[in-house]
Amino acid sequence: MVNGLLSIVFYEVIMSTIDTKTVKHVAFLVRLGISDEEAQTFSGQFSSIIDYFNMLNEVDTENVPPASDIANAENVLREDVVKPSMSREEFLKNAPQSERGYVKVPTVLGNE
Amino acid sequence: MQPTNLTIQEIHQLLITKQLSSVELTQATLQRIRDIDPKIKSYVTVSEELAIEQARQADERIAKGENVTPLTGIPFSMKDCISTRDVRTTCSSKILENYVPQYNATVTNKLADSGAVLVGKTNMDEFGMGSSCENSALFNTHNPWDLERVPGGSSGGAAASMSASLCSFSIGEDTGGSVRMPAGFTNVTGIKPTYGRVSRYGLIALASSFDCIGPMTRDAYDCATVLEHIAGHDPHDSTTYNSPVPNYTASINKSVKGMKLGIPKEYFVAGMEAGVESAMQEAIRTYEKLGMEIHEVSLPHTKYGLPVYYLLLFAEASANLARMDGTRFGLSVSDGAKDVIDIYLKTRHEGFGDEVKRRIMLGAYALSAGYYDAYYLKAQKVRTLLRRDFETAFSKVDILLAPTCPTTAFKLGEKISDPLEMYLSDIYVVATNPAGVPALALPAGFSNDMPVGMQLIGKHLDEQTLFQVAYAYQQVTDWHKQFPNL
Repeated sequence: MVNGLLSIVFYEVIMSTIDTKTVKHVAFLVRLGISDEEAQTFSGQFSSIIDYFNMLNEVDTENVPPASDIANAENVLREDVVKPSMSREEFLKNAPQSERGYVKVPTVLGNE
Repeated sequence: MQPTNLTIQEIHQLLITKQLSSVELTQATLQRIRDIDPKIKSYVTVSEELAIEQARQADERIAKGENVTPLTGIPFSMKDCISTRDVRTTCSSKILENYVPQYNATVTNKLADSGAVLVGKTNMDEFGMGSSCENSALFNTHNPWDLERVPGGSSGGAAASMSASLCSFSIGEDTGGSVRMPAGFTNVTGIKPTYGRVSRYGLIALASSFDCIGPMTRDAYDCATVLEHIAGHDPHDSTTYNSPVPNYTASINKSVKGMKLGIPKEYFVAGMEAGVESAMQEAIRTYEKLGMEIHEVSLPHTKYGLPVYYLLLFAEASANLARMDGTRFGLSVSDGAKDVIDIYLKTRHEGFGDEVKRRIMLGAYALSAGYYDAYYLKAQKVRTLLRRDFETAFSKVDILLAPTCPTTAFKLGEKISDPLEMYLSDIYVVATNPAGVPALALPAGFSNDMPVGMQLIGKHLDEQTLFQVAYAYQQVTDWHKQFPNL
């Protein structure tokens, strides 16, 4: 009982404040480098935006299905036929670094 | 009248009767861009050589009388999020500042096939994220009606280029009001078509389930003309409708007498600028005189439109923008990077502006474990209710009327420091995108010398009625024929 009550209180608290640690965590999730100063600024802004979003809690959505598509589209199928596409040379025009017909990036897997 | 102020319909007549050539008109447009755009700053890139070449080809088509469409030889501008082969496409972002696509969007191809002349790419809020064009990472665009004010966003450059007669039509893109809101701020007519009516292939995605490409023009007739040429099924975009595109212009002049106009009561509440409110009342009286029946309707979930829209947009954008990673195209910051993740972190830190960073982080937050049900799923459920609101309203009336924004254009710098305040300026335009319904914005008067925009909202795939009702209004008003003093 006490536990349940505490968890409700805890939930409410984290709903309305997003601390810098959380900001840094989501920044890493979206692979965004972030400075301490930026994390501080975003933390304040996020809390007020998320507070505003919490307005949705007023709406009764019991038995309401989530929207999944808006064009009412059905599965679209087609024959799997080979067609000409962009050449490798053309594709690589925009690559920052390339070598022997491949996009070049630093080590992806650990090399230890 | 100078040729750059004419409608597509008027120019077409001059072109086919050889009173004007496309090269002459295109050169006049390019000259006007050189003269006027330094103070408006609507264009990111002016594609002068391509434009002159396309104009020359258009004149040849007209001379031979072969394959001449209503758009042949007409100069247009395009929002810088729509891919143009060999013409820089930046999304007004540092991360794509030097990006030159290797392929055309379907819309770009369709316009090229119709013989239209691309004069350049227009400024926008970075990746479409904003309501004033101030989130462009490149520069601010100014409202042609008052240079100290914003043109609206995110298609602010497109709207300003149209309003200042720096093109004869413009292609914008509307994810949550980005065509209609700036059209209202700058005295331009523009449509967000039904989701799936125009192909998104080659459009750099913001929120894939909301994004709609739409024309911005001098009047409803021109708007119908352009939509006829860019709409339709595309094998490259499986969300496009298979149904044929109607000939919108053929029956645009049909009487609106006896049609039912709905006024959503939730849109007419405190907070609306007095001049905007009186312009709406005047427009309703005009429609009454034209023989339309006026009915009050209710869209009870209106106030939730904004949080639903923004939550879902953040989530979709955080996924879509993952492709900007500095490895295959665009900016790449690899100095001192020890692994590929380091490239992502550095490139995105340097390449994205603050609003983009805010939105993709909040999107990841709303999608993350523990919050998914409370935010993302909840928003998708309320989205269903928003759609039902429109369905219920359209069981009683044919079309809805509302303002595009509670105010006229605000001053540069006025809202930029408060992201939430900026989001609130979209309150009237966002609900249509989660619902997928089409909406058309058109000039409805002036408040303190600044343009007031109104929007007509229609049923799924019923652009026809929107054009008809807008056309009827423009036959008896001349707001859309007013030009800024530049």
